[in-house]
Amino acid sequence: MTAKSMVLTVAHRLAILAYIVFALFPLFWLLKVSLTPNDLLYSEGVRMWPSRVSFDHFRFVVAHSDFPIFFRNSLIVAGSTAIVVTILASLSGYALSRFAFRAKYWIVALMLLTQMFPLVMLVAPIFKMLSPLGLTNSLTGLVIVYSAFNVPFATFLMQSFFDGIPKDLEEAAKIDGATQFTAFRQIILPLTLPGIAATIGFVFTAAWSELLFALMLISGNDAATFPVGLLSFVSKFSVDFGQMMAAGVLALIPACVFFFLIQRYLVQGLTAGAVKG
Amino acid sequence: MASIDIQDIRKSYGAVQVLHGVDLNIRDGEFIVLVGPSGCGKSTLLRMIAGLEEVTGGDIAIAGKRVNDLAPKDRDIAMVFQSYALYPHMSVAENMSYSLRLRKTPRERIQSAVSAAASKLGLDPLLERRPKALSGGQRQRVAMGRAIVRQPKAFLFDEPLSNLDARLREQMRAEIKKLHGDLGATSIYVTHDQIEAMTLADRIVAMHGGVVQQVGSPLDLYDRPANLFVAGFIGSPGMNFLSAHYVPGENGASVRLGDGTLIALPQKYTLAADEPVTVGIRPEHVELSDADGTGVDAGVELIEPTGFGTILHLTHHGLPFKVFTVDRTHLNAGPAVKVSFPPGHLHLFDGEGDRVTS
Amino acid sequence: MTHTSSTDMRVQPKRPLLQRLAGACEPYLYSAPSLVLIATVMLVPLALGLSYAFRDVQILNPFSGGFIGLDHFRALSQDQAFYRALRNTLWWTGASVFLQFFFGLILALLLDKPFRGRGIAQALVFLPWAVPTFLTGLNWAWLFNPVIGPLPHWLFALGLLDEPGNILSDPQLAMWGPIVANVWWGIPFFAITLLAALQAIPRDLYEAAAIDGAGPFQRFRSITLPFLAPTIAITVLLRTVWISNFADLIIVMTNGGPADRTQIVASYIFTQAFKRLDFGYASAISMVLLVLLLVYSMLIVLLRQTMLNRD
Ligand SMILES: Nc1ncnc2c1ncn2[C@@H]1O[C@H](COP(=O)(O)OP(=O)(O)O)[C@@H](O)[C@H]1O
Ligand SMILES: [Mg+2]
Repeated sequence: MTAKSMVLTVAHRLAILAYIVFALFPLFWLLKVSLTPNDLLYSEGVRMWPSRVSFDHFRFVVAHSDFPIFFRNSLIVAGSTAIVVTILASLSGYALSRFAFRAKYWIVALMLLTQMFPLVMLVAPIFKMLSPLGLTNSLTGLVIVYSAFNVPFATFLMQSFFDGIPKDLEEAAKIDGATQFTAFRQIILPLTLPGIAATIGFVFTAAWSELLFALMLISGNDAATFPVGLLSFVSKFSVDFGQMMAAGVLALIPACVFFFLIQRYLVQGLTAGAVKG
Repeated sequence: MASIDIQDIRKSYGAVQVLHGVDLNIRDGEFIVLVGPSGCGKSTLLRMIAGLEEVTGGDIAIAGKRVNDLAPKDRDIAMVFQSYALYPHMSVAENMSYSLRLRKTPRERIQSAVSAAASKLGLDPLLERRPKALSGGQRQRVAMGRAIVRQPKAFLFDEPLSNLDARLREQMRAEIKKLHGDLGATSIYVTHDQIEAMTLADRIVAMHGGVVQQVGSPLDLYDRPANLFVAGFIGSPGMNFLSAHYVPGENGASVRLGDGTLIALPQKYTLAADEPVTVGIRPEHVELSDADGTGVDAGVELIEPTGFGTILHLTHHGLPFKVFTVDRTHLNAGPAVKVSFPPGHLHLFDGEGDRVTS
Repeated sequence: MTHTSSTDMRVQPKRPLLQRLAGACEPYLYSAPSLVLIATVMLVPLALGLSYAFRDVQILNPFSGGFIGLDHFRALSQDQAFYRALRNTLWWTGASVFLQFFFGLILALLLDKPFRGRGIAQALVFLPWAVPTFLTGLNWAWLFNPVIGPLPHWLFALGLLDEPGNILSDPQLAMWGPIVANVWWGIPFFAITLLAALQAIPRDLYEAAAIDGAGPFQRFRSITLPFLAPTIAITVLLRTVWISNFADLIIVMTNGGPADRTQIVASYIFTQAFKRLDFGYASAISMVLLVLLLVYSMLIVLLRQTMLNRD
């Protein structure tokens, strides 16, 4: 190795390291504060690690707050949304992947448009529509809304997975005596399982993070999702930093778990229209 | 097993017509090979018989029953794909039994059918494996096994051997032929390889540009090609074509090449004097002698030994043509040789490219 | 042998109409559930929202609901807060997209080079993308908070701040808070898309160029950039629309404050609907936003056309 390439290599590794530090520092700080006992929080200020750690904040959040309810609500909403969306998107993604039909162009255009337009402008009308149906302040209402928002993206994602499976396979199945739908169920779906898992992961992450519609549609604690609960906690007890950050760490856990599950499919996910943009 | 009748079948993709009215009657138990260059519509025709493509016009009947509008599953045919299309998530046994399971065949029947097919194809030790763990040749056998377990009315093959290496292809070709002998099932086999067509077929259907050019036994097509396309497509190295003019004479006719050389024809034809024609002769039928022998002068451009024989690339007054000979002495041929064209082996085609028979 | 003549083939009836219909319907059956859901939860509210723009719809006022014509739009044309929100939207979008793209591209180029531990490094730098946006906002708000966050103290120590205060409450600087959070969260998006495009460039092109004597910078300019250009164009254009409507971080971190200095159009709409429960006015703003986005999309289409024609 020449001196010049050595310098370049070192610079390259240092640059990567800088990015890693930048990416992880906020999360590290979150964890640090959540582990700092209250009496050290202000006295030790900007120290990188407290002289004493405690799990008091986590204990409080889990045992004496509504966060377990919020956590459960979010799990239910995100989980149901992921399942509903994945089922619907498998069907519509399959239609886009395997059939040539007249309305296909328009369906694709419609779904692309829904990816573009500002969802925030639907906040008011959706509230108006759901409230006479008793679907405000209800997890079901959230699942319906989130499902609609995520179906277009998930459709494109599933389509890309179906496109990766040779058409020959279902033609062989049809010749073996299967209908199109049997071929879809018995041959294509089992082969798309990794893609289905990835779609579930993407939709779950998106639904887990959604804030604005949850804020608008949910008012009571019983149906509050994690973001709504955390935000109302922040505005009410804005000095209990340790507890807030402990709750934040809890909110991070499912997102991270799903992130590592869908890592391999990030490119496909983001190019399919992208969950969060 | 059944006959298959195809009448005036047409196929268009949008404005592009790829099949222009194909007629074909396939007898019960016959082995038919569709052959032609890539893109000529063979697969399209086969897939229409299978029910995988919609019919634009015309009728297809299997065992006398019109099937145009039947789904593939209701046609009772089996197909072997070029890619084999084995189900990756099923074992070999499951792949082979899938069609029977869909038909709710009793388990014992399935088992005996699968093991019979497996032993016929030498797949017994592989039954529990997934396709991923098989070699190309083994996959090919599984695809065949999947087709035969069910004893369908007909077998369709779409270039089933083209993903194999040359040696394996030769071996599988023989096995397919043997299998057909055993089962006697009506088969339609698509290939672009004329050797496969020649060796396998009871009858060959030569296609070009979505039109059937000739239907006949392999030797029919070899000995009496109906037109320039078939003449050039069947046989390797390909037939030599020389543009010429027809010259009727007192006792027999001949053709005149551009430089004035006369080549005798075996008989007189009902052609006008001086009508433009093409004479064809297969490289293996051209007779070769030393420069001081008799015949037409030719220069040697290139010599290709194939081991089995020798291909010589010659020119006669700028006109290129090939000669194939199993005689190795010609390997050392000088810069010039003499060739002669035995009249019995000449093929004559008119200005349209069609064979002249009388 | 069972040869059939053409006459008895014709005897068979054509496929029943119903069956043919079912065949043609199949793709629609597969896509129907998704389409119905999209239509009822997105298209119907969209139409409803457009109608609200011309009506007086206030949740707290039971007598509201009447048709008021263009009143909302008249009010909007006088609304200084709205104009400020428009300006803020430009600033927020421009700065966020530029910084995300710039740092994302560098990250993609860094990750395109194979090195030991690339997989794990990639997972770590992409992790912010998975952090829920509300948490991203809170997390950065806390980092900017001088009570528990280190950033004000560091910025003060570097001389960038006069005192270790919270920039989120400083009208001049507040917008930087959400922008920094947005950049942190959005770099992975660009890095992932650009990295995928980079890795699709055939390696032998670089080798051929290197053999022809092109230096690293020349290779970047003559191979990498032209290959990336389409991806860059499409992601930047789409991302611009998306970020201009992305209100979560602002609502969590500043709620538009201080003194509307961080209010963007999307957060303004949300505030009108959520805080003031004035759905009519919120819908009128939405409609203007929609028109602006349509104009933007048209401009892009036009630009694309002229670029295509020029080639
Ligand atoms: N789905 C399709 N859409 C349009 N054209 C097609 C389609 N499938 C095949 N073709 C065209 O039809 C012609 C015949 O194709 P094919 O039957 O596959 O030829 P081959 O003889 O090589 O099997 C080709 O020119 C091909 O381009
Ligand atoms: Mg083909």
